[in-house]
Amino acid sequence: MPTANPISSVNDFVVRFANVNGSGSASANEMFARAVMRMGIPVAPRNIFPSNIQGLPTWYEVRVSEAGHLGARGGTDLMVAMNPQTFDKDIAGIEPGGYLLYDSTKPLPASKFRPDITVIGIPLTAICNREYTDPRQRQLFKNIIYIGALTALLDMDAKVVEQLIGEQYKGKDKLIEPNVKALHIGRDYAILNLQCPIGLRLKKADKVGDRIFIEGNSAAALGAVYGGATVCAWYPITPSSSLADAFTRHCAKLRVDPETKKAKYAIIQAEDELASIGMVIGAGWNGARAFTATSGPGISLMQEFIGLAYFAEIPAVLFDVQRAGPSTGMPTRTQQCDILSCAYASHGDTKHVLLFPEDPAEAFDFGALAFDLADRLQTPIFVMLDLDIGMNHRLCRPLAWDDFKKYDRGKVMTAEELEAGKDFGRYLDVDGDGIPYRTYPGTHPSKGSFFTRGTSRDQYAKYTEEGGAYVDNMQRLLRKFDTAKDLVPRPLQANAGKLTKYGVIYFGSTAPAMDEAIHMIEARGHTLDRLRVRAFPFHSSVNSFVAGHDFVFVIEQNRDAQLRSLIVNECGIDPVRLVPILHYDGTPITARFIAKAIGDHLDKLKVKPMKVVS
Amino acid sequence: MTYLAKPKFHHPALPKNALGYTHRDYEGAVSTLCAGCGHDSITGAIIQACFELSIEPHRVAKISGIGCSSKTPTYFLGNSHGFNSVHGRMPSVLTGANLANRDLIYLGVSGDGDSASIGLGQFAHCLRRGVNMVYVVENNGVYGLTKGQFSATADRGSKSKRGVINTDNSIDLVAMALQLGASFVARSFSGDKQQLVPIITAAIAHKGAAFIDVISPCVAFNNHAGSTKSFDFVREHNESVNRLDFISSRMPIEVKYEPGTIEVVEQHDGSKLALRKLAADYDIHDRTAALGFLQHHAAKGQIVTGLLYVEDEAEDLHGHLRTVDAPLNALSEKELCPGQAMLDNFNASLR
Repeated sequence: MPTANPISSVNDFVVRFANVNGSGSASANEMFARAVMRMGIPVAPRNIFPSNIQGLPTWYEVRVSEAGHLGARGGTDLMVAMNPQTFDKDIAGIEPGGYLLYDSTKPLPASKFRPDITVIGIPLTAICNREYTDPRQRQLFKNIIYIGALTALLDMDAKVVEQLIGEQYKGKDKLIEPNVKALHIGRDYAILNLQCPIGLRLKKADKVGDRIFIEGNSAAALGAVYGGATVCAWYPITPSSSLADAFTRHCAKLRVDPETKKAKYAIIQAEDELASIGMVIGAGWNGARAFTATSGPGISLMQEFIGLAYFAEIPAVLFDVQRAGPSTGMPTRTQQCDILSCAYASHGDTKHVLLFPEDPAEAFDFGALAFDLADRLQTPIFVMLDLDIGMNHRLCRPLAWDDFKKYDRGKVMTAEELEAGKDFGRYLDVDGDGIPYRTYPGTHPSKGSFFTRGTSRDQYAKYTEEGGAYVDNMQRLLRKFDTAKDLVPRPLQANAGKLTKYGVIYFGSTAPAMDEAIHMIEARGHTLDRLRVRAFPFHSSVNSFVAGHDFVFVIEQNRDAQLRSLIVNECGIDPVRLVPILHYDGTPITARFIAKAIGDHLDKLKVKPMKVVS
Repeated sequence: MTYLAKPKFHHPALPKNALGYTHRDYEGAVSTLCAGCGHDSITGAIIQACFELSIEPHRVAKISGIGCSSKTPTYFLGNSHGFNSVHGRMPSVLTGANLANRDLIYLGVSGDGDSASIGLGQFAHCLRRGVNMVYVVENNGVYGLTKGQFSATADRGSKSKRGVINTDNSIDLVAMALQLGASFVARSFSGDKQQLVPIITAAIAHKGAAFIDVISPCVAFNNHAGSTKSFDFVREHNESVNRLDFISSRMPIEVKYEPGTIEVVEQHDGSKLALRKLAADYDIHDRTAALGFLQHHAAKGQIVTGLLYVEDEAEDLHGHLRTVDAPLNALSEKELCPGQAMLDNFNASLR
């Protein structure tokens, strides 16, 4: 018996699978997560993988939370340790009272284990060697066998997994039977030889509702399809490549003319990020909706072009799926570290519109909205995803579209308007919102043509290096940026039940952890008002939120408190009033981290709790 | 350059083309380049070619990078949209523009610094993709705007105006274009309008990536003794393989040629190229032989000019991608947005 009481929990625990990259474990592990979802229990899986194709350690973490907490939790209750390379470290990460499932084919000395955990051995290799002769099958079915064992250990309905196997191999039906067989080999072994169930159990619930299970990159790409993107130019880079792949897949299904079989889209895998953004800008200039998908290093390479698009006022959409930098940094780990490099991308005075989706559903919404904003504002729009949202399946509300919605193509002067004698000045602020009219190339034989350049020009697009004209234009660009404040998604505020002097600002993938942390913070006797920022430029409510509180915590997943700097800089706020809470080790931020950091800080400030929980 | 504004009126008897436009309708703003610049001659040749082809001036998109050459799109086709983009990046901007609207004519103007130095990568990749465009490099072997540094096309051993000898090997963009799969490759000389105009005309009519390297002496920084891109040097070392006459599908062949010296090439749009062969053994359909011919003559210090290679029925990038016939920028919500019903299906597949 373990020295600590075994953890006992129904529908609220973390299972972590430790595997070897390229061993086929990912699909088996994902099937486990899906099975939990199918049982009506909210689930949040996270893939923790190395920059490697085969051989290095990889983990798949499944957080089961009937309460619906979808952020990473930290800690492991059940470790499925299938990788000898990381065995010791994996065992060290188990919570006291937790469980270890391992391959007991080769006996291990007691010193390899911990006295405070429950150790469950299954001779997986021996079983596979007995059942299969093909080495590849031995490897692949081992994964399904441990899933089978889990169904017994966690008291799951095996039929749910059987159904998932049927769906996964639909069309490759001869694979169904051997997979179901492997599932039962594992399940039967556990029932016959092990104490089932363990303290961790899964019980059918009804907490998933109509939610869907999707990766942010796929949702964002679908947003681009719905938003009318026709040109995609990209260069492979983790963690954004799957966004371009998903766009390709969605388009093949949704954008092929049924009669001619011709494509209503063009996708180019460019030679580098400079070419990707160049193509996007060329297409945007010529009136198509175009985007690129990249990550931090790609954004760095695109800097010169981004400045051109800002200054020459060309619509463009950039999906930045952020990863840990600088340089190659930790290319398969998550961060929110490109905030400043995107907000002020390029040389000279520039400011750009950023959108911060919290999950795949918002990645879809903002992915589509970005194209309207780009056309309306005639400027680059950055959709700031990160690896945590982009590359993990996340439970989120179903994707929705208003069929009556028309695309906002912005201010485009037509041949009829030109013919009727309407004055066309490419950089003329006719409406006072800083947004001029543009014309598409080829519109009219003798009116409306202009020369686009990155060099200074007057309101009629005529080259000039006259200081006054330059300043007027730069001021108009600021007016345009001001106009953007009311066009971008507004921050969402959630107030504490009672009056509080403290607030917290957060954004993007931090949202699920923050939503969970607030309960933990309240349990410590502190109250906080919350503001989830969804876009830059900041809406005036960001200023008023900060003004309305003594201190505001700003939670970010980067070292340098980049959003805080942006708020200080753009809202003219005394930095002392914004307390940075920073998590940047490459793992997704957790509720435990936030609650501890904020709780400790409030304690340190000798804040008298408004409510003490005994 | 001249400080005099160009008068707008013109002689009523100026010849008109099939669309009723005169030569003047294809002009742009007054050039701000140095008097005698080879680039201005190329501008003149482009104007002449567009006039002869009876192109609607506003249906051309002129896209360039940065440098003296890249300034020239301002000086022709004043009713066309132009885009003076980023140094060395004309090809990507043009590729994107072309994807957005396949119905326009794309004229990419670049220089040797723009294409062979900073932009070598984009030069290569747009040619290998087969973007339907005319890619003109106005090649003077020198950086003019920054006062006379060598570019990557400057020949090894050539002397700069300041007396510096270039020790780096030169890049031959024509040889590269051949190797990269451009479906129309030519070289000409800004001082030889008779050769240049029909080459540009034929390149515009060509469907696919048409590359033209035009040696264009820089009168300010690269027209001295010791330069291999000066007017005198190019005239003395020019080895023309053919002279071209362009015959659009609308024009009857009127010119009489000596029998046996003419090769007629029919292009995708029905236009014909009548080639007066000057090098009897030169085959414009043989990519490999063209490369050998170029290198053989380069070793002898000769600059080979003329139409060097053409693939009559090339497939362009839109062909590779099988895009719809309508320009992508003209598709509406109805054609692009799958609507809630498809989304319902999608949601259902994710539960």
